[in-house]
Amino acid sequence: MTMIEAIRDAIDTMMARDQRVVVFGEDVGYFGGVFRCTDGLQEKYGASRVFDTPINESGIIGVAVGMASYGLRPIAEIQFADYVYPGYDQIVSEAARLRHRSAGDFTAPMVVRMPCGGGIFGGQTHSQSPEALFTHVAGLKTVMPSNPYDAKGLLIAAIEDPDPVIFFEPKRLYNGPFDGYHDRPLTAWKQHPKGAVPEDYYSIELGKAELVSEGDDVTIIAYGTLVHVALAALEGTNISADVIDLRTLVPLDLAAIEASVQKTGRCVIAHEATYTNGYGAELAALVQETCFYHLEAPIERVTGWDTPYPHAQEWDYFPGPARLEKAICRVLEGTALAEGAAAQANGGANQ
Amino acid sequence: MTADISNKTLIDMHRRMVRIRLFEEAAGKLMEDGKVPGALHLYVGQEAVASGVMVHLTNKDQVTSTHRGHGHLIAKGGQFDKMFAELYGKSTGYCKGKGGSMHICDLELGMLGANGIVGGGPPIAMGAGFSAKFRKTNDVAVTFFGDGASNEGAFHEAANMAALFKLPVVFVCENNGYGEYTAQSNHQAIVDVADRAPGYGMPGVIVDGMDAIAVYEAAGEAVARARAGQGPTLLECKTYRYYDHVGVRGMGLKYRSDEEVALWQERDCIDRIEAHLIEQGISTQRKLENVHKSTLKEVHEGIAFAEASPMPEPSALLEDVYA
Repeated sequence: MTMIEAIRDAIDTMMARDQRVVVFGEDVGYFGGVFRCTDGLQEKYGASRVFDTPINESGIIGVAVGMASYGLRPIAEIQFADYVYPGYDQIVSEAARLRHRSAGDFTAPMVVRMPCGGGIFGGQTHSQSPEALFTHVAGLKTVMPSNPYDAKGLLIAAIEDPDPVIFFEPKRLYNGPFDGYHDRPLTAWKQHPKGAVPEDYYSIELGKAELVSEGDDVTIIAYGTLVHVALAALEGTNISADVIDLRTLVPLDLAAIEASVQKTGRCVIAHEATYTNGYGAELAALVQETCFYHLEAPIERVTGWDTPYPHAQEWDYFPGPARLEKAICRVLEGTALAEGAAAQANGGANQ
Repeated sequence: MTADISNKTLIDMHRRMVRIRLFEEAAGKLMEDGKVPGALHLYVGQEAVASGVMVHLTNKDQVTSTHRGHGHLIAKGGQFDKMFAELYGKSTGYCKGKGGSMHICDLELGMLGANGIVGGGPPIAMGAGFSAKFRKTNDVAVTFFGDGASNEGAFHEAANMAALFKLPVVFVCENNGYGEYTAQSNHQAIVDVADRAPGYGMPGVIVDGMDAIAVYEAAGEAVARARAGQGPTLLECKTYRYYDHVGVRGMGLKYRSDEEVALWQERDCIDRIEAHLIEQGISTQRKLENVHKSTLKEVHEGIAFAEASPMPEPSALLEDVYA
């Protein structure tokens, strides 16, 4: 399955199992979503459970909070994560805080799905990665899968979760495991092991990271698209790295990070969002707190630059494999590995 | 089509409409051929609205546009070369390649900008209107938005404040019957967005948005009202986009019928004004054809300019983030 199909399958699975699940958003019903994630669901479940809303994000989130606090399990789609800001007040002031202010009487078990990230030349209003705006808010859970298998299992877990979950879908991964080499043809998910998605129900516990590559030299912490970029950066090098796909940002699998960095002593953190106050800053602080005496080198962060997401200069902004490899070499500085990798990288550049 | 409108203005409006149409047809082709990065939202079909409104404005009057914004910029005097360059993401574009199709703006023309956020424009125009009134410049602010945007909270807040403060703002709703891929009847319970105007204490006017002269007359009144310090107007122009929400494909779409498209195309705004110009002896077939020809030449020159222009330097990415 593609990630689009896996997401649709997760919603389908849950709509069949749970009559309380309803799905809505801009062009979600009749049209099937601009990225096709809800294609065919209105035909299958009817317009009372799968429906179009006006273009009004505050209203979309607002109605979801009301539904969730009064018996339903809403899945709201925000067409692009860049459109969520009018609904941000509803998410922060209402969805996230309802449980606390009512001492548990009212809760908002809802999912807000949003395609995020760049890669489609969408310019500043169709490319952002605003996850840190949500990880900062107590009361919310924040998820970002990197592949179809995880997308389905995590989305099902999110729908079943008793708390509001912000579910980011890196749009550049919808049709294949994009590794940052934008000038190469896209690999299809069907050629990737994580594209094999069971049609049955399964869920992946929120807050559990996955070690997608195992090694001793360095730990790379990533999520979403950057998981694939990290693996691409390691290709053709002698570096053996732990690559941790966080999958869930909040709750965070700190134990997985701790175990890895205490083993490797070196850590690179990668995300597509901007640098300052990005989620990587939180991760770096936590690594410092938990692994300080194991660190052999300063922690590196590889991220988007501190600019609005650009139009023409998309690939200057995007933290691709070359930037990641340089950061890996920096944390390995002084070791034989770094010299070997640097020589290889230079050789590649000269070819 | 009868109105107190000079021949010169009619010819001016026609020229603006043809400029928009031919630019958009060419831009659509560039997108289909994969020559420009990203997606374009084409204005074809709605040309009478931008043209009929903009002929009343000076470069000091401020305009906010939408994601479907090429037409507004062209009608306000936008140059093809800098526009194509922006679509290509070149350093010679209106925004040095930083904006792209959905975010083109220009200070000199009073274009506060296209906007990739639906409903993003009205509050900005309202603020510009406030500034104009506060500084007593006698300028007006015009905000274009669609039927879809009329459901965004930002529109309602801007409309309320503009009426409350009696600001020189014209709210131009281009009701093309669709918010992206969702028909108006599926996104609001009303037929006329203008019905909302009395709720804010401003007049709501409905006009045939396929008729440039009708738009011209109604916009003239609204702009005059704003300039005279009598506050905002909500002008609803009933219009239609010939192509898809994104890109070119106009027919064979799931969410609207080909018959509907054809029906609107029969009322094409350019055909109508050309028939009028010839009927009234204001222009001739030959002269009108020359407008198309010279515009097409400008289109080709604009594309050539864009293609020959350099990409921005990598370091340009870090510029213009802070002063």
